[in-house]
Amino acid sequence: MPISDERQTPSQRPPPLLEFKDVNTYYGELHVLKGVDCSVGEGEIVCLLGGNACGKSTTMKTILGIVKPKSGEVAYAGARINELPTAERVKRGIAPVPEARRLFPRMTVLENLEMGAFTRDDTAEIEIDKERVFALFPRIKERLKQQAGTLSGGEQQMVAIGRALMARPKLLCMDEPSMGLSPAFVEQVFDIIQAINRQGTSIFMVEQNANMALSIASFGYVLQTGQVVLHGSAQSLRDNEMVQQAYLGRMKA
Amino acid sequence: MSHWDVLLQQVINGVSLGAMYALLALGFTMVYGIIELINFAHFNVFMVGSFIAMWTLEAMGFAGQSHVLYGLPLIGILLAAFAVTMLGSGILGVAIERLALRPLRGVPGTAPMITTIGMSYILYNIVLLGAGADSKNYTNPMPKTAWEFGGVTLRLREVLLWTVALLLMLALNYFVRRTKMGKAMQAMAQDQEAARMVGIDVDRVVIITFFLGSALAGAAGLIFGLYYNYTSYLIGYTAGLRAFTAAVLGGIGNIPGAMLGGIMIGLIESLGGQYIAVRWTDIIIFSLLVLVLVFRPTGLLGRAAPTKS
Ligand SMILES: Nc1ncnc2c1ncn2[C@@H]1O[C@H](COP(=O)(O)OP(=O)(O)OP(=O)(O)O)[C@@H](O)[C@H]1O
Ligand SMILES: [Mg+2]
Repeated sequence: MPISDERQTPSQRPPPLLEFKDVNTYYGELHVLKGVDCSVGEGEIVCLLGGNACGKSTTMKTILGIVKPKSGEVAYAGARINELPTAERVKRGIAPVPEARRLFPRMTVLENLEMGAFTRDDTAEIEIDKERVFALFPRIKERLKQQAGTLSGGEQQMVAIGRALMARPKLLCMDEPSMGLSPAFVEQVFDIIQAINRQGTSIFMVEQNANMALSIASFGYVLQTGQVVLHGSAQSLRDNEMVQQAYLGRMKA
Repeated sequence: MSHWDVLLQQVINGVSLGAMYALLALGFTMVYGIIELINFAHFNVFMVGSFIAMWTLEAMGFAGQSHVLYGLPLIGILLAAFAVTMLGSGILGVAIERLALRPLRGVPGTAPMITTIGMSYILYNIVLLGAGADSKNYTNPMPKTAWEFGGVTLRLREVLLWTVALLLMLALNYFVRRTKMGKAMQAMAQDQEAARMVGIDVDRVVIITFFLGSALAGAAGLIFGLYYNYTSYLIGYTAGLRAFTAAVLGGIGNIPGAMLGGIMIGLIESLGGQYIAVRWTDIIIFSLLVLVLVFRPTGLLGRAAPTKS
């Protein structure tokens, strides 16, 4: 079966908010991202699938500027951002939900949310966004004074998403949001991701849980040892034999 | 003098020393807290601070200890001396960070720490060359006013120094807990990468931390001079090592821990000197350091050390 439906993508996808063009990222000598091309269109949910250590988190860190690519271009909202510091990217509307949540463990839930708005000064608008987060996660509101490190994994994930939303992002980058969560909770998180997307935020999501990810994404990429080996609409990836075998746990009869 | 008077007198002395060690320990602990670096240059930032303060007082027309002030003029002069000293020491700390440590940021291993030892020696030798090896009779405008309570003497200068130290610690506490930049420092201490991800400018936080820590070391340098009435290029090592011990004792990276550790080391020094022997002071203090490191490596108020990959 041919790998992708490239011919139909340009017409069907919205204009890109984020675009990688032939991006190569290294850790010292270790060549991790090898000529990656991918994009997230305005208003899309895009997922990046791949096994362990293939470079998913590195892709995320390259978007955020935690690591800088050696060559290629990272473009956001029409501008090249390769050299932009992370803080400036956050200001321009890229916010992360990092792998393993990475809350500030000895700060309270409320303080964690406030840290998410670190780059903003519009106090009144920040309050509005806080209420918006509480509306999405009523459970957070009951635990504002609790130390983040003492929350359950699922609660931490909610706070991590809430913290990212406090930056009022245009692009939300999520690194394995389902990791370590019970199936029921995963479903809840994915519902919330869809709700956030409907409110106008584009979403780039790294996932190993291909089933769930492809069920809410409109487009997807498959990464293998730092190279994009497959891409296409979520539907086409779900139907792809290799994806089914490798990531959906379905064997061909 | 009764036993109790002796004890109380030594407690007063110990608290004075402890306040100075606490101010000095804060700089070690703050820098370690955010970038996990033991900054040995801090020893001699303290020493340089005591010189900056002395020269500032001299520039304001004071010399030796005979020109004494009272009341508001005294408070005004002290405020000015502390302000200039803290600004100067703070800038020195920032310069060390920019010139010697920033280029090594992210270099694994001991290279940054060794660099701080190098910087410490450079400061030491600059002062030795510039000011000479002799002890300097410190400029001190504080009166010798003292009150007697039974057999216990409480000197005005001690009360003033306690007040200054307390105000500085309260101010630091407010800054770290309540201001946005203080929150950014806490965030960086808890998870540096996550701090970057929420848009904190890490370099700026590091600079502010070095500035504050070094400014407090300068204040401690001035207190040293006012307390002992002398300074010299040598004072950084003894006081610095004791303050470093205080930071480890309280739990390195932990701000209240540094304050507690400082006071404890001050009390051990004065009580040990009284009841055991002055010569034993360092032996007691460093044995305590070893014991803490063996039995409670995270210090009295420290948490389990963050394991970073
Ligand atoms: N800071 C780093 N320094 C050196 N090598 C790194 C660093 N971070 C990641 N790597 C290496 O880069 C490769 C890709 O790592 P990355 O974290 O991007 O994988 P991943 O796809 O997110 O994996 P996982 O599914 O386990 O999260 C791995 O071989 C990893 O060991
Ligand atoms: Mg990963």
